[in-house]
Amino acid sequence: MKVRLERRGATSARLVALSRLFAVVLALPITSVVFLACGTNPAKAIAEIFGNAFGSWFGICETIVKSIPLILCGVGLTVAYKAGIISIGAEGQLLFGAIASTWVAIYSGLAPPLVLPLMFLLGGTAGAAYAVLPGILRAKFGLNEIIVTLMLNYVAQNFLVYLVTGPWKGKGEWGFPQTDKFPDYACLGTIPGTRIPYVTLALALLSVAILHFQLFVTKLGYEMRVLGDNPEAARFAGMRITYLVAVSMAISGFLSGIAGVGEVAGMHQRLKRGISPGYGFTAIIPAWLSNLNPIFVLPASLLMGGLFVGGDAIQISLKLPFGIVNVFNGTILLLLASGEFLARYKLVVEA
Amino acid sequence: MTPEFSFEMLGITKKFPNVLALDNVDFKVKVGEIRALLGENGAGKTTLMKVLCGLYRPDSGKILVRGKEARIRSPKDAIGLGIGMVHQRFALVESMSVLENVVLGTKMDALFPLRRARADVEELAEKFGLKVDLDAKAWQIPASEQQKVEILKAMYRGAKILVLDEPTSMIAPSEYETLFKSLIELSRSGTAIVFITHKLKEAMSICDTITIMRRGKVVANCDPKEVSAKELAEMMIGRDLQTEAPQKSVAAGGQAVLEVEDLFVENDRGMMAVKGVSLSLRRGEILGVAGVSGNGQTELMEAIAGMRRPKGGRVTMDGKELSKLPPWKIRELGLAYVPESKRVAISPGLSVSENAILKSYSKSLSRGFLMMKESVSEYARQLVEKFNVVAPSLEMPAKFLSGGNAQKIVLGRELMSDPKVIVAGNPTSGLDVSSTELGHGLFLQARAKGVGILLISEDVDEILKLSDRIAVMLGGKITKVFDRTPPLDELSLAMTFEQ
Repeated sequence: MKVRLERRGATSARLVALSRLFAVVLALPITSVVFLACGTNPAKAIAEIFGNAFGSWFGICETIVKSIPLILCGVGLTVAYKAGIISIGAEGQLLFGAIASTWVAIYSGLAPPLVLPLMFLLGGTAGAAYAVLPGILRAKFGLNEIIVTLMLNYVAQNFLVYLVTGPWKGKGEWGFPQTDKFPDYACLGTIPGTRIPYVTLALALLSVAILHFQLFVTKLGYEMRVLGDNPEAARFAGMRITYLVAVSMAISGFLSGIAGVGEVAGMHQRLKRGISPGYGFTAIIPAWLSNLNPIFVLPASLLMGGLFVGGDAIQISLKLPFGIVNVFNGTILLLLASGEFLARYKLVVEA
Repeated sequence: MTPEFSFEMLGITKKFPNVLALDNVDFKVKVGEIRALLGENGAGKTTLMKVLCGLYRPDSGKILVRGKEARIRSPKDAIGLGIGMVHQRFALVESMSVLENVVLGTKMDALFPLRRARADVEELAEKFGLKVDLDAKAWQIPASEQQKVEILKAMYRGAKILVLDEPTSMIAPSEYETLFKSLIELSRSGTAIVFITHKLKEAMSICDTITIMRRGKVVANCDPKEVSAKELAEMMIGRDLQTEAPQKSVAAGGQAVLEVEDLFVENDRGMMAVKGVSLSLRRGEILGVAGVSGNGQTELMEAIAGMRRPKGGRVTMDGKELSKLPPWKIRELGLAYVPESKRVAISPGLSVSENAILKSYSKSLSRGFLMMKESVSEYARQLVEKFNVVAPSLEMPAKFLSGGNAQKIVLGRELMSDPKVIVAGNPTSGLDVSSTELGHGLFLQARAKGVGILLISEDVDEILKLSDRIAVMLGGKITKVFDRTPPLDELSLAMTFEQ
């Protein structure tokens, strides 16, 4: 019996879905090796992670809380990737959204009813501006957007640290590096009995629907898909490349910025280090898991959100480091890349 | 005893989703034979050869190489059996030297690997008349030389069977002879050569036998001395050929619609490729630009279409200056452009219908910011029908279209966009006889409607057949303009020597 690889003619949608599913499922045994190395029973650890994330009402609510920023960033990244821009800058855009909305919440001195709407508007715009910059640099000067967006994340992180340890350091916070607590009118309401901020939940769901529509039904979406598939063809067809790149990045950055607003106004009620446990980076996974289809970002984000919740839980119950969740995430990403290969080739077993 | 046949393919069948690409095909080539494999786009020529080279696996049938049954599962197996293929698109590593490209992937000495290889490659090149500068980087040499490198590559790997996919589509007619000489030399040394083409003349001039394919089947094997070009063409397309000469334009005295004044354009390497070209294209006229490839035609065309910024001079259409406008604005003003490299114009991952609308999506096919789904598929259906595109489904990704069918979409979409001026580069290269006929007919129709057409082509026959006036481009300049169709010899002379 021999096994060999053969190129597939066409790749069916079912196959792509299967390869994505495989990536997730196969990550479990691989991560188990790490659990074993930590001296924990893998079955127990995995049961603990998923039990905590999806096994109770409280767990599910927490999973939704963590999924909201992932959906927002993930859908945004989907748009950028579809247009052929490999952005890994959602984290920095999220932080800038948080920073801008913090300014509105604490320093703008606006009338209270105007504060929340403006936090979203300015937060989104700041994220968008922070994303358009590398987009323009790429379209106009050919700078590699992967590197620029990656570096800008660190700029944003350090700028945030500067603010909360320097000029914006809170007076009533016992010297912690964080701003003062936002006034109540600058905080988001939650669904009663949960920690889920309903405004960002609604925005996340809305963004999925709108962007699905935008990518597959509108003219702009068509132009973005051509650009992502063959930039030469887009140029040839007379599309405005710089404009398209800028708009794709603006959409992506705006949503990441909104995610940042949600974190400061909905969860932490202040700006501080660690408002995001790397949502902007993790969101890359749901974007690829979805096969760049906004609708599928939703379940993929719930899965990743669940891993965050489960990862928190095993820190306490099994005394395991949170880093294990990152191992799991990384494994999925690697398997996704290998899954691409299986979607293109098939294994043929012959006698 | 040496076997009579270099290779035999027996009962080969290959199915693709929705198409039967090869239908029980038998194909046998003798040792030292040059065989033409002739057929229209999508007839199965390239697929058959890809099966031989291990790129596709047949669903049924067997292959014998030098009399022994062979199992070819990958290109590596094929190379091991002495089967080499030169693809239409060359596969050279551009930043590496010619020598490095030739020896790439073969067994080499651990230290100074190129020293011994150089002597071997030089000997091969000498023997088969394939001399190239071994130290030049692959990107620096013209297409004709790159082709020699590809053939050298195959021979260096010990090819006893050499498959060439449309070898003349990438090089200028003046370079055919050198290529043919090398091929004859190769066949004398016992190499079996398969020459995939849809150009009848070539098939008849150097091949020992011609195999004709149509719709996945071999329809005939014939001796080129015993058939006429017309008979071959009819076998290829399966019907009678229309051979009426086209009507020349009478309205060629119309008003100028496109003016090029003293244009200077650089090529990718920063050298001046177009050196002060002036042209005037009139309404309802086909102005042919003839020239051996690499004399600045590509750059001229790209500059007019706005894909390349000129370094000096102006282009105006209907009095509006184009040279400073972005490509989308130029398109919007009514300049259609059929690029030389068709890859530029197709989005492989998108569907056939999404490709069909690439030039018209923003006009009639969208309302506000929405795409009109019904009109899109209607438009695509019309284009596919009108231009005879063979596609199993409109929703299929365009990358699964054959080269010729992709090209029909590129050409069709420009003609359907109702332009004022068409700038076309080698518009029918890669098209089969009936599609070329169709394409030419469409150009003539457009001309009759008053469209000005700048036809830049390396195919001299095409230029002579269609053009009202012919400009000859040589060394980046227009060296001669014929106001009426010149005899072929006079044109050929003008293309190679400045008078």
